[in-house]
Amino acid sequence: MHNLMQQPFRTAVLVLVWGWLLFLVLAPNLLVVGASVMTRSPGTFISLPLTLDAYRQLFDPLYLEVFLHSLYMAAMTTMVCLLIGYPFAWSLSKMGKQRQVLLVFLLIVPFWTNSLVRTYALKLILATNGLLNSALMSLGWIDEPIQMLYTEGAVIVGLVYLLLPFMILPLYSVFEDLREDLLRASHDLGAGRWSTFIHVIVPLTLPGVLAGVMLVLLPAMGLFFVPDILGGSRNLLVGNVIKNQFLDARNWPFGAAASIVLTLAMAFLMFAHRLSKRRIGEHGV
Amino acid sequence: MNRWLPRTYLTLVYLLLYVPIAVLVVFSFNESRTGYDWGGLSLRWYEALFNNRAMVKAMWNSLWLALSAATISTLIGALTALALHRYRFRGKQVLNGMLFVVMMSPEIVLAISLLALFLLVGMQLGYVSLLLAHVTFCLPFVVITVTARLSGFDERLPEAARDLGASDFVMTRTVLIPVIMPALLAGWLLGFTLSLDDVVVSTFVSGPSYEILPLRIYSMVRVGLKPEVNALGALLLVFSLVMLILSQWILLRSRR
Repeated sequence: MHNLMQQPFRTAVLVLVWGWLLFLVLAPNLLVVGASVMTRSPGTFISLPLTLDAYRQLFDPLYLEVFLHSLYMAAMTTMVCLLIGYPFAWSLSKMGKQRQVLLVFLLIVPFWTNSLVRTYALKLILATNGLLNSALMSLGWIDEPIQMLYTEGAVIVGLVYLLLPFMILPLYSVFEDLREDLLRASHDLGAGRWSTFIHVIVPLTLPGVLAGVMLVLLPAMGLFFVPDILGGSRNLLVGNVIKNQFLDARNWPFGAAASIVLTLAMAFLMFAHRLSKRRIGEHGV
Repeated sequence: MNRWLPRTYLTLVYLLLYVPIAVLVVFSFNESRTGYDWGGLSLRWYEALFNNRAMVKAMWNSLWLALSAATISTLIGALTALALHRYRFRGKQVLNGMLFVVMMSPEIVLAISLLALFLLVGMQLGYVSLLLAHVTFCLPFVVITVTARLSGFDERLPEAARDLGASDFVMTRTVLIPVIMPALLAGWLLGFTLSLDDVVVSTFVSGPSYEILPLRIYSMVRVGLKPEVNALGALLLVFSLVMLILSQWILLRSRR
C-alpha cells in the first residue's frame, strides 16, 4: 500500500469529502439530537439542564392532535399514490422499450420543475371561482361552487400531485425486473390470475411498494408549504409545527424532538425495506 | 389483458400531471386581473415582473446561488465518486451511508439541523449559509450520477496510465475526467435545478441580506393569487424544462 505522502491527491480528496460530511451532515444532526434533550433558552436557544420535557410535550393533546391529523393526511396521500401508482407502473412496464424511455422522462419532468409553483397552479384550479368549479357548473353537475380550497382534501391532492412520481419510480423498477417466466410458471401450476397476483406479483413487488411508501409518507409530513398554500390553518403538517417551533416560537428542543420522531420513522421504514429485499433474496428469485 | 386499457390509464394520469402546469402557462398570458376569467392575450404580467426591482434582484441572487452551488457540489461530488470508486479506505460504508441518509431524509430534517449549526457557530444567515446548505443536498445526486458513469468504465485504462508513469493526479486529469465529463455536466445541471427550486431548506437558512426567488414566490402566494406569479412560474417551468432536456441529451449522446 502507498503511504500518505506518496498520494497527496488521494489524501486531499478524502479530507475534503470527510470534512464536508462530518461538519455539515454529522455535526448538525448530533446537534439536533442534543438540542432535543436540552432546555429552551431565549438568548442562546438552548441551555442545560438536560431534560426530556420536549418529548413529553409531543404528547400534549394539542400537538398530539396535529401530529395524528398530519399522519392521517400523509397516510391517505401514500394510499392514493399507491392506488394510482401501482397500476400505472405495471402498465408502464408493459409498453415498448423505446416508448418506456420517453414515458419515464415525462414522469420526471415535473420532479424537475418548481414544486412551489406547481402547488400554486393547483390553487388556480381548486379555488372557489377556479377552473374546476367553473367547469362543473357549466356542465350543470353542481349549482353553486364547492369549497375545495383550504380543506383536508386540498392538502392531500397537493401532496399526491407533488409526490406521485416518487411512488411510481421504485414500483416501475420492480415491475421491470419481474420475470415473465415466473408468471408463466404460476399459470402452469394451475394458479388463476387472482392467485398469481396475490402469491407471486405482490410479494415480488413488495420492496418497490415499501421504497415508494418511504419516499412518499415522510415527505408528506414535512412539506409545510402545501398546507400554507392549499390547506388553511386547520390542516397542518408536522413540518409546519417544526417550522413554527424553530423560526417563530424559537422553541428548539421541541422542534428538534419532533424532527427526531420523523427521522426515527424514516429509519424504521428503511429497515423494513431492507428486510423485504433480503427475504426475496433468500428465496432465490 | 386488454391493450387499450393500460394506455388509456397512462394517458389519464399524465393528463392529471400536466394539466396544472398547462393551466399556469396559459394563465400567465391572461390580461384579466382576477386570475380566473379569461380577459384576452397579454404580456402585461411578464412586463410587471421585470419592472419589479426586488423580484429581478431575487432572480439574479437565485441564479448566482444555483450556479455556485451546482459548481461546488459537482466538484466535491465528482471527487467523492472517484474516491469511492478507486480507493479502499476505512469507513467507506459510513461515507456511502451518510450520502444515502442525506438523500433520503425529509428535507425539513436537514434544514433544521443546518440552521442549528449555523446559529450556534454564530454564522450570519445569507449567501454563505445558503451555499453550504445547497451544496450539501445536491452532493448525493452528483455522486450517484458520476458513480453510475464510472461503473461501466474499463478498469485497464487508469492502470495503463499508471504503468506509463502518470501520477494519480495526472491520470485523473487525462483519463478519468474525460470519461466522466457527460456525468459531470448532467450532475451540474441537476444540482443547478435542485438549488433553483428549493423552498424547504432555504426557508430556514436564508437571511434578509440575500433574498432568493422561491422564498419571494412563497411569501407572495401565501396571500391569495398573484398574476405575476403565473408569469414567473411559467418562466421557471420553461427554464427547468430546457435544463432537463439538455442534461438528458448530453447523457444519451455520450452513451452512443
